[in-house]
Amino acid sequence: MSIVTEKEAKKILTKVLSFSKADECECNLNGQLTGNIRYARNTVTTAGEVSDLTLAVQSTYGKKVGVATINEFDDASIEKVVRRAEELAKLAPDNPEQMPNLKPQKYSKMNTYFDSTAKITPEYRAKAADDGITPSKKNKLVASGFLTDSHTISAIMNSNGLFAYNVATNVSFSATIRTEDGKGSGWVTRDYSDVSKMNTAKASKIAIDKSIASADAKELEPGKYTVILEPAAGVGLLGRLFNNMGQRSADEGRSFLSYKAKDGEKNPPKNKLGEKMFDERVNIYSDPHHPEVPTPTFAGDGAPVEKTHWIKNGKIQTLQNSRYWADKTGTKYNPTATGGNQWLMSGGDESLEEMIKNTRRGILVTRLWYIRQIDPQTLLYTGLTRDGTFYIENGKIKYPVKNFRFNESPIVMLNNIEALGKPVRINGNMVPPMKIRDFTFSSLSDAV
Amino acid sequence: MGGLILPITGNMVSAAQLLDRPMDVAMKKQLADIALNAAKSAGASYADARIGRYLNQFITTREKVVNNVVNTESAGIGIRVIANGTWGFASTSKITPDSIAKTARQAVSIAKANSKFQTEPVRLAPVKGVGEVSWKTPIVKNAFEIPLKEKADMLLEVNNAALSSGASYIRSVLFLVNEQKYFASTDGSYIDQDVHRLWAPFTASAVGKSGFKQRASMGNPVGMGFEYLDGKKEDKVFVDGANVGYNNSYDMVEDATNAGKELQKKLTAKSVKPGKYDIVLDPAHLMLTIHESVGHPLELDRVLGYEANFAGTSFATLDKWKSKKFQYGSNIVNLVADKTQPYSLGHVGYDDEGVKTKEWDLVKDGVLVNYQATRDQVHMIDQNESHGCCYSQSWRDVQFQRMPNVSLKPNQKEDLSANDIIKGVEKGIYIAGRGSFSIDQQRYNFQFGGQLFFEIKDGKIVDQIEDVAYQSNTQDFWNSCTQLAGKSDYRVGGSFFDGKGQPPQVSAVSHGCPTARFNNINVLNTKRKV
Repeated sequence: MSIVTEKEAKKILTKVLSFSKADECECNLNGQLTGNIRYARNTVTTAGEVSDLTLAVQSTYGKKVGVATINEFDDASIEKVVRRAEELAKLAPDNPEQMPNLKPQKYSKMNTYFDSTAKITPEYRAKAADDGITPSKKNKLVASGFLTDSHTISAIMNSNGLFAYNVATNVSFSATIRTEDGKGSGWVTRDYSDVSKMNTAKASKIAIDKSIASADAKELEPGKYTVILEPAAGVGLLGRLFNNMGQRSADEGRSFLSYKAKDGEKNPPKNKLGEKMFDERVNIYSDPHHPEVPTPTFAGDGAPVEKTHWIKNGKIQTLQNSRYWADKTGTKYNPTATGGNQWLMSGGDESLEEMIKNTRRGILVTRLWYIRQIDPQTLLYTGLTRDGTFYIENGKIKYPVKNFRFNESPIVMLNNIEALGKPVRINGNMVPPMKIRDFTFSSLSDAV
Repeated sequence: MGGLILPITGNMVSAAQLLDRPMDVAMKKQLADIALNAAKSAGASYADARIGRYLNQFITTREKVVNNVVNTESAGIGIRVIANGTWGFASTSKITPDSIAKTARQAVSIAKANSKFQTEPVRLAPVKGVGEVSWKTPIVKNAFEIPLKEKADMLLEVNNAALSSGASYIRSVLFLVNEQKYFASTDGSYIDQDVHRLWAPFTASAVGKSGFKQRASMGNPVGMGFEYLDGKKEDKVFVDGANVGYNNSYDMVEDATNAGKELQKKLTAKSVKPGKYDIVLDPAHLMLTIHESVGHPLELDRVLGYEANFAGTSFATLDKWKSKKFQYGSNIVNLVADKTQPYSLGHVGYDDEGVKTKEWDLVKDGVLVNYQATRDQVHMIDQNESHGCCYSQSWRDVQFQRMPNVSLKPNQKEDLSANDIIKGVEKGIYIAGRGSFSIDQQRYNFQFGGQLFFEIKDGKIVDQIEDVAYQSNTQDFWNSCTQLAGKSDYRVGGSFFDGKGQPPQVSAVSHGCPTARFNNINVLNTKRKV
């Protein structure tokens, strides 16, 4: 019921539109069939499956717009949600930023569905948990972790005849393994569209090894260090940089990408588009056809999405914007794929192991935790290292070190690159391991 | 697709008709019993069913524009069972007898599949069935019933106030939540609850020559109706030379006007000199410090390791609690948990596993005395009564331990004001409003910012300053608490979207506290050049 085919989605949405009396109507259908298992203290704690299908209807009268959602699909419920969206629209004040619905579009092929993932069973999930629990028990460790898989559909139709449909699968796994005395902790995460690439036993082994290796950490003085950020450590700061690349806030003076005009400068630009802000090895782009991280080829409003370079050779190449802002400023509309902001960072060929080997002195960081913005002008963030922080000397991991709090900006970080390794998929993005000099740790934490 | 038809004796009614008003209680009981019976027949030793209808309304505006008006509605049933000593859960949006029975059996089969790997069978603290009961948030004005235009106009008035007084941009939002939830369990409880919450935040910003500044609202998310936005005079707390604080009602237009003025000062305010200061924290700020450094570390599931893979564990380990002398804070620090405080976000009659809510001590005279625990956890701390703090964000998700309201008791001896506290500080900083916040996974090391910062010299606020963040360690921090304001200064703030669990769920929780002083705290300067 929650996973409707393209034909069924079209039928439902056509019916929704048949009830519409508004000037324009756009409707979205999102279905999900998800399963999960959670374990901790070497035992399964919760597990479940959820099935849901939600309809969102946006009705427009002139510049007035209203949205209503429902998860029931008898004719009376569908008609009711349409009426409700229309009532809301009629009552709403004009929204001068409301754009007319798009005309029908053409989309390139989507490769987001994998039968293997759609067929995951409760037994598979239980086995994934056991892959961490049994070896942890043998090693006198305590395992906790989570596996979740999803089979989803999204469809959009509007009163101009636009229709888009996507079916996707995803699976993600993470495990935290701790020593019984709580002095060591290791972590791992993996996510794929195709579960046949997942090896939960192999992944769990990484967390097990890190938990043992991280016990009895030594204290290093806070300060500036060369760090190797594993992809799972770099993803948080890079993602926040990406999410702050909006054109409107830049044009309005409320972003690190706002241009500060010099005294007497005539017709200064509003933003830093085209400016080189980072090391020239920095390349960040989106691509719905990336084989490791495929996404739908349409945006939330039905606009087609293709490969887009956001940062090219360290230069700001493209800014994210809405259709309204693009129209108002006479710039190109740069949509991103519906269902999440996929971004891909290029790197080199070096593996993480090789990167460690090529480091004279540095700190290996497994992950960064509780990252929060301190200053939006400089993109200064704070947060902490967690679950495996190690001191490297002469190409080898020498000993575990206590966790640090960092206060650092990804802008600074991407100007202090020593090396970029081979990107891997993390949280639906591609991220290389990064060796960064002068990364700022401001204090020590007792947390393990 | 097929119409969703629910049976009532002799009649049939479509789901759409039901949605115009809460579902009839008798029908909910009938449907819940189908779930409980199917689960028991399939081999469950315990089962509960939650039939939920969740309504939200969000109105978002920026400057002079209403961006969006969204109504959402979601209905369904979540069924939780114990079979072979193991939890299983399944949920469905299809509320028909067949679908409910199938979902109950699915929950049992999931429990059985997982039981192969189970080492500690689930042990539930006893709960006596309460029969058929109901509870409702004591609201005065149902915010869903206020005309949309009135709500949108109010937000536009707020925006206008900020823009007229110095802000360059503003976004304001009204979030309304109504949870209509029906809980039934094989213990013999049938509990119908109607829960309301409201939050009206804004973020204003001002752009100057040297950059831009932001100021977020000082209002609180609450378990109240639209009456919270009445902005009554008696609910205002004035701090000399600084801000206005709000108690049980909020003057949003006044706050937006102040935000515009304060933004202009922020643009030219001097940057803090880093070092040690005595800091005075207003309740709208301190509530978040309590949330992070007391609320989370005293969740028993974290302490025991159930959250190790996501939110983390806790420094407040069982041995510290067992010692009965772990000095969490100074002896004026008394922290209580509850789900009963009026106007709070956590206020309900029963939790999501049918336990009647109550208040209990967490830290008494500075000493750690208890945690927050659910039915399947309390035996691990040698107690046999659940604390009643189990919650699920919707019918779709499984319920688990969530933070109740956690509050700092005001000064019991003297009814001091914030101004009285500031008077005693020689070199300090007064911080108002919640800003950036970050804490490690065991809740030792934290760093907090704020919205407004004021330098205190010789007992007086002398200047608005900028770029302030303070870093501390939880136990050191609470032991440096030297003074509390009294009950007249006590205010309840909260977090509308607190995240926890995998898959992540949000919950809403409040924290009451008075203005408080903490001595000799490490203050950083956060200004950077990039």
